[in-house]
Amino acid sequence: MAVFTDPFDALINFQQALDTYRTSSWLDAGLSGGGAFPPLNVFRKGDDFIIIAELPGVKKSDLDVQVKGRTVRLAGEGTVGYPEKAALHRRERRAGRFDRAVTMPIEINPDGVKAEYRDGILALFLPRAESDKPKSIRVA
Amino acid sequence: MVEKQELSVREKKELVAKEEKTIPGRYYIPYADIYETDDALAVVLEMPAVEKKDLKVALENDVLKVDGQIDFTKYKDLEPVYTEYNVGHYARSFTLSNKVDQEKISANLEDGVLTLTLPKAKHAQPRKIAIG
Repeated sequence: MAVFTDPFDALINFQQALDTYRTSSWLDAGLSGGGAFPPLNVFRKGDDFIIIAELPGVKKSDLDVQVKGRTVRLAGEGTVGYPEKAALHRRERRAGRFDRAVTMPIEINPDGVKAEYRDGILALFLPRAESDKPKSIRVA
Repeated sequence: MVEKQELSVREKKELVAKEEKTIPGRYYIPYADIYETDDALAVVLEMPAVEKKDLKVALENDVLKVDGQIDFTKYKDLEPVYTEYNVGHYARSFTLSNKVDQEKISANLEDGVLTLTLPKAKHAQPRKIAIG
């Protein structure tokens, strides 16, 4: 008997899921500044949102994250260095500054925002402001 | 001095390998810098999200193979709503034109950037010839 595993056991399923949302218009109304560096992925977890960006080679100390109202700003600089007297054979990595501001379609609770940076990945946890959370209405 | 540049978005390059993988899933080609000093060759690869334990580096018959796996189970409870890039494992290989001292290869992974230092074998290092 064939055993089918949890969809998250297969990378391809996850990749296809990510591809699906590349054509999503979810942020067309909300997120401004699309197409700038760094590329972002936005995930939802319950009421809260998580923004993930790949920033290889950027030092934690060179990262600047700001949150105000619905707007999240990511700025920083990536550096690429070579020792003196080195002969360069290949040069594909890029260095430079970036500054991107995105507007989320939710009100963010600025005190609850958490930023984590590990292995070149920046994860921003954006909790939805209490006042912005949908209320369940009891149908009488 | 070169003016500081603004970074721009680059689409990730998918790896097209001769051998297919048994487990489906896309691999990407990590961006690389390669430079050479008098005594070593350095290969610098951008592999964000790859942890040290999921990294494999092998050198066989002058071919350097690097394979980095990402742990996508971290995304398990997250529902994608908007995406601009895809994630995947990384793989790339290089045929080395230098003779390398295999025993002394060192690797350093920092902020998603892998730096491999491949010391050149003694006989491959430049030799100063004194002119008599």
